[in-house]
Amino acid sequence: MSTLIAVLFDGFSYGMLLFLLSVGLSVTLGLMNFTNLAHGAFAMLGGYVTYALVESAGWPFLATLPLAFLATALIAAVFEAVLFRRIYKSGELNQVLLTIGVVFASYAVAAFFFGTVHHSVDLPDYLKGFVEIGDLKLPAYRIFLVIVALAVTAGLILFLEFTRFGAMVRAAVDNDKVAGGLGLNINAIFALTFALGSGLAGLGGALAIDILFIDPNFGFHILVPVLIVVSIGGLGSIWGSFLAAAALGIFDVAGKFLFPDFGPFLIYLFMVVILFFRPNGFFARR
Amino acid sequence: MDPKSWIRAKARISPYEAIFWIAAAVIPFVFFENYLSLAASVAVTALFCISLDMILGYAGIISLGHAAFFGIGAYTAGILSARGWGEPISGLLLAAAVTAAVGYIVSFMIVRVQHLALLMITLGLSFLLAELAISFDQFTGGSDGLQGIDTWKLLGIWKFSLWGHTAYAYALATLFVLFLLARRIVHSPFGLTLEAIRENPVRTTALGAPNHAHLRKIFTIAAAFAGVAGALLAQISETVSPEALGFQRSAEIAVMLILGGTGRLYGAILGAIIFMIARDQISGFYLQYWYFWIGLILILVVLFLPRGILGGLERLARLGRRA
Repeated sequence: MSTLIAVLFDGFSYGMLLFLLSVGLSVTLGLMNFTNLAHGAFAMLGGYVTYALVESAGWPFLATLPLAFLATALIAAVFEAVLFRRIYKSGELNQVLLTIGVVFASYAVAAFFFGTVHHSVDLPDYLKGFVEIGDLKLPAYRIFLVIVALAVTAGLILFLEFTRFGAMVRAAVDNDKVAGGLGLNINAIFALTFALGSGLAGLGGALAIDILFIDPNFGFHILVPVLIVVSIGGLGSIWGSFLAAAALGIFDVAGKFLFPDFGPFLIYLFMVVILFFRPNGFFARR
Repeated sequence: MDPKSWIRAKARISPYEAIFWIAAAVIPFVFFENYLSLAASVAVTALFCISLDMILGYAGIISLGHAAFFGIGAYTAGILSARGWGEPISGLLLAAAVTAAVGYIVSFMIVRVQHLALLMITLGLSFLLAELAISFDQFTGGSDGLQGIDTWKLLGIWKFSLWGHTAYAYALATLFVLFLLARRIVHSPFGLTLEAIRENPVRTTALGAPNHAHLRKIFTIAAAFAGVAGALLAQISETVSPEALGFQRSAEIAVMLILGGTGRLYGAILGAIIFMIARDQISGFYLQYWYFWIGLILILVVLFLPRGILGGLERLARLGRRA
């Protein structure tokens, strides 16, 4: 029984990591229909910020997390202003190709600065080891991860539901033309949302180091689960991403126990079948 | 001009094309004898690239998993050969038949979905197949790749040697025959309808074109082309690994097509030539820098050369004529 709970918790915490990594993409895709395959590259950036600060500058792990968020958000905003803004109107193929180009280049840049090897960070003692609850032993770091993800979810929902900017974002996702016609500056809203969403990916990348390691391929590797979460959950839906991420995380980890040979196969099969019947995912806002 | 003669004029073979094919047949044998196996893999890749051009360039179907069909073709021909039938041309035909059948089934899913769902279904199918190829290792050799392929003499006469004379001639001849077929298809009324569907599916429906049936047809044909390309690679290199199905290959082929220019067949060939030769020359030193250049090229082409090198050259030629 306690093994089962431990496995489920492992899966759930991995799902929460996926949620942090994908929720920004879900919102920006829903907002602008901009197919941004470079989202994983921004996540990798956040991971390397944390790695560099902890290992080279000796910062404490927790203190690097806000910086991973900020640095990624800032650089994403630059990319948005210089590069991505030019191709919002020029078709899906161009968006796919240009952002894949960014991922390729990010691989090379990361390999140049950090080498092609796996990196991990030294966690503070209170995040190492296990927390025992009765006869249940849960890894401390994964508990921390779940707490951060739930806090971010709560924050995001409060932000979107109860602030003026959140209302603007919701209006723009529901119908950008009407929202623009009512005087909202869609481009500015999008730029800010893009920066915030990428920042969350950066935070996710930083938190992912201890679970997935970080290497120059991170931008590619994380892209597939992130896209699965976004497409199954439905564009522009925070709850959709949350549920899809939790389900994917649990299924991924549980699948490794139950069917070690066919776990990934079943995930892709489910995705294809689900998208065949629900091309917009489960909770699309449009 | 009446429509029939307009199509005929569009399909007429220009002298440049003849020069190109003669050069392709002569130059590698005469001047680059040491690079014949590279030339053979360029021809294979060009064929694969043409296959993607038919669905992406002409019909506008964006696929991130086109290597799935390349891989199915490679495994079909490879397994056939490893199980004792190494006759190359029948291997190609079987690979074409199998990939066309799979492509036909998949095409029913493809035409139903768009945007992110289309990307994810094509991507998901190729990952799914890669997992299958690794799992069924008694057939495929698993992640080590398929061993024991033995390609018999071509037409019972020419042996596939280490130098690649036979390999290049074989690959180029296959490419040429299938290129003529592709050329015939895209310059037919059917091909023109595909371009119309790409530009405006609502209007073609209003004109009475069966969009879905057309898209299914070209997808099936393109799948067979990709399958033949994969089978060629399996027969020439005498090995198949799960990378044949991988995302890397799907992405690379898209890069080549975009670089050369979509929707013009020769763009696919040119892109394959430039990309493969550049990779052969550059990636020997540092693989990671190679990826940097691919990324940069993709970004620059999308921003400044949206119709690829050939599209850019055409625009230059038009400007020159006007000046």
